[in-house]
Amino acid sequence: MVTVGLTHFLIISTLLFSMGIYAIITRKNAVMVLMGVELVLNSANINFIAFSRFGNFGFNGQLIALFVIVLAAAEAAIALAIVLNIYKNLSTVNVDEVDNLKE
Amino acid sequence: MNIYDLIFYLFGALTLISAFFVVTNKNIVHSAFYLLFTFFGVAGIYVLLGADFVAIVQLIVYVGGILILLLFGVMLTNKITNVEIKTGTINIFSATIGVGLFSGALLAAVIYAPWKVTTVQEPVPTTGILGSLLMNEYVLVFELLGIILLIALIGAASIARR
Repeated sequence: MVTVGLTHFLIISTLLFSMGIYAIITRKNAVMVLMGVELVLNSANINFIAFSRFGNFGFNGQLIALFVIVLAAAEAAIALAIVLNIYKNLSTVNVDEVDNLKE
Repeated sequence: MNIYDLIFYLFGALTLISAFFVVTNKNIVHSAFYLLFTFFGVAGIYVLLGADFVAIVQLIVYVGGILILLLFGVMLTNKITNVEIKTGTINIFSATIGVGLFSGALLAAVIYAPWKVTTVQEPVPTTGILGSLLMNEYVLVFELLGIILLIALIGAASIARR
């Protein structure tokens, strides 16, 4: 049994990223697409912190992970406000039905 | 197999299995609750990587903030008659093939890449170190993030109640 190293963490973040992309592509509901985006951001954070620990980068990776978390919070707030407005105007949040710009 | 490996596999399995349920479940509310376990698992992985402060921030911001926000979004954008809030799916077939190929390529790249790993030192408490970095080298980024967060929240509130 190999001991846990950098590759194990990278594998976990790769699989998490793939599942996030899968959610973004396949789900119709806009809130589910947002959950996929959160999964992708989490996998990026795992990568930042793993390289910060196993590489020669000091604590900069952890700090950038903190910045990513803050930006994710801002993004979630804005995106949910937009989704609420779409629901108010079009009575649906399915991303394939919101195609008013396509004439 | 020592205790560190055991805890790693535990948190890794928790993260990946609950993430799998998030992306395959038809019920959005169930997906949101599985997302809770994913965030917990990721926080555990942060702790295993020696990032205690980031793990706590992950718990506070993601579990306490973003997840509640997502649940509010689910509840406010559906006509609630029962708890069965479904989501439709599109492109299942092509997405499965594409994501499978992509993740396979990425996994092969990750596994076979010759990573240069430095010797791992013992984990230390990171709160003080991160605080002094934030106030010295990254102070401009810190201020910019504060402004971005303020503008984003004001904008979100103003968009949502229009």
